[in-house]
Amino acid sequence: MTAPIETTAAEAEAQPEAVLAGAGKGQIEGRSLGQIAWSRFKRDKVAVAGGVIVILLVLIAILSRPIQALFGLDPNAFNQDLIDPNTSLPKGAWGGMSWDHPLGVEPKFGRDIATRILEGSWVSLVVAFGATILSNVIGTILGVVAGYYGGRVDTVISRLMDTFLAFPLLLFAIAISATLQGGAFGLDGLPLHISVLIFVIGFFNWPYLGRIVRGQTLALREREFVDASRGMGAKGPYILFRELLPNLVGPIIVYSTLLIPTNILFEASLSFLGVGIQPPQASWGGMLNQAVDFYQVDPQFMIVPGLAIFVTVLAFNLLGDGLRDALDPRSR
Amino acid sequence: MRPQREFSKFPTMEEKQTIMRRSGLAAVAAIGTVSLLLAGCSKAEDDSTDGTKAAGANAATKDVVNASTQKGGTVTYEYSDVPDSFDPGNTYYAYMYNFSRLYARPLMTFKPAAGDKGNELVPDLAESAGVPSDGGKTWTYKLRSGLKYQDGTAITSKDVKYAVERSNFARDVLSLGPNYFQQFLDGGDKYKGPYKDKSAEGLASIQTPDDTTIVFKLNRAFQEFDYLVATPQTAPVPQAKDKGIDYVKNIVSSGSYQFQSYDEGKQVTLVRNKNWDAATDPLRKQYPDKIVVNLKVNAETIDQDVQAGNAIDLGGTGVQAATQADVVNNADKKASTDNTYGGRLVYLAINTKLKPFDNVECRKAVQYAIDKVSVQTAEGGPIRGDIATTVLPPDIPGYEKSDVYATDGNKGDVAKAKEHLTACGQTTINTNITARSDRPAEIDAATAIINSLKAAGINATMKQFPSGKYFTDYAGVPKWDADNNVGLMMMQWGSDWPSGYGFEQQILHGDAIGASGNTNLSQFDDKSVNELLEKAIGTEDKAARDAMYTEVDKKTMDAAALVPLTYFKVLLYRPANFTNLVSTAAFSGQYDYLNIGTTKK
Repeated sequence: MTAPIETTAAEAEAQPEAVLAGAGKGQIEGRSLGQIAWSRFKRDKVAVAGGVIVILLVLIAILSRPIQALFGLDPNAFNQDLIDPNTSLPKGAWGGMSWDHPLGVEPKFGRDIATRILEGSWVSLVVAFGATILSNVIGTILGVVAGYYGGRVDTVISRLMDTFLAFPLLLFAIAISATLQGGAFGLDGLPLHISVLIFVIGFFNWPYLGRIVRGQTLALREREFVDASRGMGAKGPYILFRELLPNLVGPIIVYSTLLIPTNILFEASLSFLGVGIQPPQASWGGMLNQAVDFYQVDPQFMIVPGLAIFVTVLAFNLLGDGLRDALDPRSR
Repeated sequence: MRPQREFSKFPTMEEKQTIMRRSGLAAVAAIGTVSLLLAGCSKAEDDSTDGTKAAGANAATKDVVNASTQKGGTVTYEYSDVPDSFDPGNTYYAYMYNFSRLYARPLMTFKPAAGDKGNELVPDLAESAGVPSDGGKTWTYKLRSGLKYQDGTAITSKDVKYAVERSNFARDVLSLGPNYFQQFLDGGDKYKGPYKDKSAEGLASIQTPDDTTIVFKLNRAFQEFDYLVATPQTAPVPQAKDKGIDYVKNIVSSGSYQFQSYDEGKQVTLVRNKNWDAATDPLRKQYPDKIVVNLKVNAETIDQDVQAGNAIDLGGTGVQAATQADVVNNADKKASTDNTYGGRLVYLAINTKLKPFDNVECRKAVQYAIDKVSVQTAEGGPIRGDIATTVLPPDIPGYEKSDVYATDGNKGDVAKAKEHLTACGQTTINTNITARSDRPAEIDAATAIINSLKAAGINATMKQFPSGKYFTDYAGVPKWDADNNVGLMMMQWGSDWPSGYGFEQQILHGDAIGASGNTNLSQFDDKSVNELLEKAIGTEDKAARDAMYTEVDKKTMDAAALVPLTYFKVLLYRPANFTNLVSTAAFSGQYDYLNIGTTKK
């Protein structure tokens, strides 16, 4: 990165970031790591676009139920009068698109696709965020402990990670989801399915982050500020959580943002295979599964949930990539 | 009987082998789902049909289509999966019962005829129908004379006896077929099968006084025994050539065709059996030179090949949803379809032992609440099934039209449902409904049921399980149902042989309730129904028997033990270029495979 020779206030942002901003005006403003990252991120238009879409999606997901209540929408309401019983297909072109049903209706039941996409959005995001948080908590704690204490603790935790990584995750997920169908932990129905998905996806994904955190911790624990802290009498937990963890936030955020789309896809795959969210609850994967039988004659029905998954995953990935570049420019 | 336990990827219910002839339906559906994603780019054009006008919709359900005595050519069958076995003593699929007759002749078989007429039994290896004595406890068959295997050796009644012994009693070796003979033959519970019991006598209750006579001694009167000997299990197997599970690789033919090659899981080729003599066989005609079965063919490719007139769908379960949508909207193509009953009932079993459904009023509320048109549309419309109001489907003898819980246009009656709910002392019911996860149509039907029950105040939550474990681990385990508040269970049932007993016994008789692998999902145990069924099977007069089956049907509906949803139908595409196509009720509406020929060279 070469800095321009003549420096004006407008171009200040293009300067080597680590030093000074606004030097031309004689003001000296120190910038935190976060500010530097943010200014770098802002320049990445694609990542910003991804971020905006992600924020929109999260808003949609949070407001999904209120929106439905407001407009009197019901994702499970049948409109079988819009279906030709002989073909199971919606009457009319484009999968039965109309003002009442802007994205058309499903074959067979005639449920409104737009409402079901809306309903499916919160399911997808709740599962993806829940699973990501779960694997982050486990991965971070075990990673930092393994990296900091080393020795036997490290060996045990690292072998545990290897064991988890060796699990055939998809098969395992299918088996667990299928066995827990009957109800477990006092839960039933949708809460059960969501909890099972969060558990299955989150619990087996933690070693990936665990390894990253462990590696970073190994490097950090030899740094001077840790030595200094230790010299002043700080004990293990304090160093772990007050000294090391704040320095690990960057990689954790980046990894989380990249893990969320993976988890969205995983949730969709499990629901597609029939072991995730159960009908009649709407989910994007479940909609795709229904659409398979009709993809030739009613492509609309497959395209809509497919696009929903595609856009969501892409937005999170772009955001994640941008964040990584911003927080850790060396990895570019 | 078969609630179609056909999803072969999952362990099957070995301990309850009386369950139904499988139709391969779910396997097709499940595999279709995956294979659609993988392939589906292959194109087949319809122009290879040689300009002959199609015979019209449903023509093969009324009469033989393309009747012809033309010889020669190759008839090709395609199937999306693999059958359980080509071994006539080790199969339970309806289409294998149908197909195996080309190389394995049972004592009796079904007449190749359209629709219900195909339910008629005719002697095949036997020279006439069985002669009962001792009030229906002893059945004697006389074999035709001059019968020969493909190698020219004579077929004797001892070979028939051996075939029954190996297929029904050696469950550790050949476990895939039903075991009715084990249940009904005298001393059947003690005999261990020919692979373990090496005694020359074998099973004492099958006697072969001479080479052409075979006598079956039963442990109770069983007036429908002719149906039992119409399974491929009575097709002769020479003991010297039997290698147990490996017999399938070198099957010795007694029919009009013999194996030329057997490539397991891929392809089977049959050629004419030179030692088969038309004089000993009034049924088979030996038209084509060659019969080829291609296995594991993409379900969509099969649809295209069938429409192009190049193949017959061996599974006989009908076209895929996409093809259906294409075919029914095209008058020309529609003229080449047969839409016929599959001898099966799609229904919702109500758990009569679970509160509050132990109260008949609550069950009646369910009967009235369900919008059957909505369920039918969810299953794929009238083409996939007619709305059902009785236990017995119309193609099973004993069916009599009736509708105890009639509602306007079959659309359900919420007001009446609520009345009965009140009479039952409930305002809302929370319950669970089970369905088989690998059967999309069943899940869709359950979804529609949940929707219409909700309007009446019955909240049902769906639970899905793979069909291979549906009866062994979940819905078929009464204790599990009770522990998990399962009040409603999706079910589909077809008969192993076309009679009321074959249809009703396993799903309505109290004795059929088992701790696991239960097929009487309603746990319906009504003394008068049990007695009627027992009485019927010992009654010689067919009309009297059928009347009793009708009576059982009525009593079941009065007790509201199950909600009939649809009489299952299949939509077959009738391939041009093939001759003697006739859809028969005896094999779930499939074409009769005995005499299909081809006009192609």
